[in-house]
Amino acid sequence: MMKEYRTIYEVSGPLMVVEQVEGVTYDELAEIELPDGSIRRCKVLEVNGDKAVVQLFESSAGINLKDSKIRFLGHPLQLAVSGDMLGRVFNGMGQPIDGGPDILPEKYLDINGLPMNPAARDYPNEFIQTGVSTIDGLNTLVRGQKLPIFSGSGLPHAQLAAQIARQAKVLGGESNFAVVFAAIGITFEESEYFVNEFKRTGAIDRTVLFTNLANDPAVERISTPRMALTAAEYLAFEKDMHVLVILTDITNYAEALREVSAARKEVPGRRGYPGYLYTDLATMYERAGRKLGLEGSITMIPILTMPEDDKTHPIPDLTGYITEGQIILSRDLYRKGILPPVDVLPSLSRLKDKGIGVGKTREDHASTMNQLFAAYASGKEAKELMTILGEAALSPTDLLYAKFADEFEKRYVSQGQEENRDIEETLNLGWELLKILPRSELKRIKQDMIDKYLPKED
Amino acid sequence: MSQGKIIKVSGPLVVADGLSDANMADVVRVGEQRLIGEILNMTGDRASIQVYEETSGLGPGARVETTGAPLSVELGPGIIENIYDGIQRPLEEIVRMTGPNLQRGVEVPALSREKKWAYTPVAKVGDRVIGGDVLGTVPETEVVLHKIMVPNGISGVVEWTIEAGDYIVDEVVAKVKTDKGEVVPLTMVQKWPVRVGRPYKKKHNPVAPLQSGQRIIDTMFPIAKGGTAAVPGPFGSGKTVVQHQLAKWSDVDIVVYVGCGERGNEMTDVLREFPELVDPRTGESLMKRTVLIANTSDMPVAAREASVYTGITIAEYFRDMGYAVAVIADSTSRWAEALREMSGRLEEMPGEEGYPAYLASRLAQFYERAGVVQCMGSEDRTGSLTAVGAVSPPGGDLSEPVSQGTMRIVKVFWSLDASLAYRRHFPAINWLNSYSLYLDTMKPWFDEHFGPAFMQNRNKAMSILQEENELNEIVQLVGKDSLSAGDQLTLETAKMVREDFLQQNAFMDVDSYSSHDRQMRLLALILDYDKLAREALTKGAAVQPMFEIPAKEKIGRAKFVEADQYQAAYAEIASEMEREIAAIVEKAGADV
Repeated sequence: MMKEYRTIYEVSGPLMVVEQVEGVTYDELAEIELPDGSIRRCKVLEVNGDKAVVQLFESSAGINLKDSKIRFLGHPLQLAVSGDMLGRVFNGMGQPIDGGPDILPEKYLDINGLPMNPAARDYPNEFIQTGVSTIDGLNTLVRGQKLPIFSGSGLPHAQLAAQIARQAKVLGGESNFAVVFAAIGITFEESEYFVNEFKRTGAIDRTVLFTNLANDPAVERISTPRMALTAAEYLAFEKDMHVLVILTDITNYAEALREVSAARKEVPGRRGYPGYLYTDLATMYERAGRKLGLEGSITMIPILTMPEDDKTHPIPDLTGYITEGQIILSRDLYRKGILPPVDVLPSLSRLKDKGIGVGKTREDHASTMNQLFAAYASGKEAKELMTILGEAALSPTDLLYAKFADEFEKRYVSQGQEENRDIEETLNLGWELLKILPRSELKRIKQDMIDKYLPKED
Repeated sequence: MSQGKIIKVSGPLVVADGLSDANMADVVRVGEQRLIGEILNMTGDRASIQVYEETSGLGPGARVETTGAPLSVELGPGIIENIYDGIQRPLEEIVRMTGPNLQRGVEVPALSREKKWAYTPVAKVGDRVIGGDVLGTVPETEVVLHKIMVPNGISGVVEWTIEAGDYIVDEVVAKVKTDKGEVVPLTMVQKWPVRVGRPYKKKHNPVAPLQSGQRIIDTMFPIAKGGTAAVPGPFGSGKTVVQHQLAKWSDVDIVVYVGCGERGNEMTDVLREFPELVDPRTGESLMKRTVLIANTSDMPVAAREASVYTGITIAEYFRDMGYAVAVIADSTSRWAEALREMSGRLEEMPGEEGYPAYLASRLAQFYERAGVVQCMGSEDRTGSLTAVGAVSPPGGDLSEPVSQGTMRIVKVFWSLDASLAYRRHFPAINWLNSYSLYLDTMKPWFDEHFGPAFMQNRNKAMSILQEENELNEIVQLVGKDSLSAGDQLTLETAKMVREDFLQQNAFMDVDSYSSHDRQMRLLALILDYDKLAREALTKGAAVQPMFEIPAKEKIGRAKFVEADQYQAAYAEIASEMEREIAAIVEKAGADV
């Protein structure tokens, strides 16, 4: 018989102190039974002698110190998993909320997972065609990568993520894919947008949704992404599926973490976020990847809104240090009506070099990519100079660069939500734009490539 | 051994009592799973322990046992080509035992106890030996001759040695009779506590450069063998690529690469790529001189703190054999964060930004283990240990404590710049903020080996870049056209130095590594262009035609010429350039 305690000594925000406990272990899951019979869950954050500090996953409202009972369950928080999860909707704690039957679990998995042995990882190098030029051509996504979208409030990050989810495919191979979607503290409308998108494209049958909406308890958000990742790991590494995980919005997650940290009276790091924010985020992001000898993969697209569009804010900053690149959205481009408004220069995919080239995309990919980046950067500089000094101050070459930058934004970056460009189209478009520049400026491309691919003058 | 009981668990920090006879910094085994931990604090019989593995499931009452020894590494054949976690557990062996995820409480010896090594004795019976003397050798890989040394603190007369042959590391290979008459059996393995620097006879000033094949590093901001360097930069500026390039191409004998709290895929990259790459000096695979320490960001945070010490201790061991060793740590900021997390759990008074007050002194202790030393032993051996650490300043702000603490110690500073990275100028090392304090001490070496032209050209190129920076301010105000022809030429030359010399593509085979000779010739070519063009200006030539000569475009492509053809190609460009500029001068003369 499991021991029940009625010794809750203190409740403060998401934390509770329970006294006179025995045999309680760190990270253990517990259940609180309220006088009205309802059950809430929590986990052990610290045990000190006969005192345990526990963190609630749900709201603490209604907990009565005298009459509430607490049971320690002897295992950490787990998720019941099975192949039947596909097509289902769960709340942030992994319970079905779509009115369907309960999941018959194949097994229970600890939501914290286990760190992947770096010697057992397989390096991601399979090109994923997203149909978005700025990603495929310049910031190539590969299977097993974690590539976040850094956005701001009011920018169309949801549309970009949905477009990627809809269009993503691996060239020359049909595969067993699935989408795991975690809504972390986002609004009902945003969440519905994704659900409708998945329904519209028929992907819903291959999607697992975990939703913790803005009006759900904030502390629950700490486990929502881990629930989603546990499901993703199960599908990828036990069911051999290629899983795309979309987590939105990480900013809400980090704020929930800060709330708990503040309640624990920990020494705060930058902007009040806990000092272990980096490690905490890493234990989620690093669950993306591939394993040697296993078929499946987890590709992760976390979305976060940068407070005040500030990239140096701790959440985007620490994320950027862990993830393998970032896609940054720009308010300026969005105002100009460019969709998706990907800010090309600060965006980056670290794994692109392994996913492109002969046999993957095309031999000219790497060098044209570098050339486009460099040319666009020079073009933007020329345009800045032009606004200060006027057009007359620019050399003829600089003027061409300025023209290039404009055309590049208009034709390459801008493509709208529905256009699905294949990689050949994207690469050819790049050459088409490079034609604006004099040939002698194309220093990053080898001569023979220029001869082969640069469109001839008519 | 003394046994205690847990009274408190909070994340990776465990407090246990009943450990009165444990020593400070002892390694302890915690709980049923015998998780590895280290004692950080003692109060009475109560010890605060940092546990190197996930503590989920531990509770008060569980057993804690001390091993009576501090955290140590095993040193002997089998280290090279291996990948270890932060406390020297072999990760590939662990994959074989427990699968692709890291389980807890795994016990594996760091060195294989089954593999046999071809041992050749060097010391003979009757020889008098002291700590550091070579007992025998083992060809560990094709390029590393592992010297089995007498452990420090043991001296005496060799009483017996084993015959040459294949033995496991635990085999007794020699017996030494000490002056007290005690006979000490010696195997191929010795242990050393990671937090204590290995001793040496004498430290010297570093005078010789470490050649990395990276143009901006070797020519502009060189690091000495035995020196220290830091690579700070915001995310996306290419820190890891710079570190990988150093690990690949540095002309050292051994590279210890410590992935400390960084991405798992980066370690995998090294692990998969290095065996394929050929070392230009030995013709063998680069992995044959590389040791990897991987404590990725999702692995337990306490072991991250230990990983840099594990790495540098292994490096010191090879230094003691008389080798040139480089330790590359990516990233020291994650190590500092691990320190901060443990300090917070210990409820210590925080210093700046929550980091413990001893952060700067810990950083200094780490970097101070680098240097050129005269090794222990009666033979005269010199070894060097170069330490390069990446720093990941939050938001790219160098005023934070880890960057500041590091900058006070290191002598070379390669400052990575996000705006260069956005322009895809790689390596994105900012030439205006970076510095090398070894330039003066290494000047005699450069003059002797490369000729005085090397330093002259280097300084010339730097001053052109400096001048460009000043001129750009004027251009921002009044435009390029208002500059004098000479200044316009300076801007053009600076652009060539930046784009044709400093930029280097790590992912292009021909450009990834550039030999010293090639670097010198390329820079000389650019500076010759500047010189010839400047002379032409004095003879009345216009500046614009000089920017358009075909030879100048060829300089722009000069770095892509295959490695075996560059000398001829560069000579040809030089003579073409002379002809073309002479033609412009002639035409200008005719026009007058």
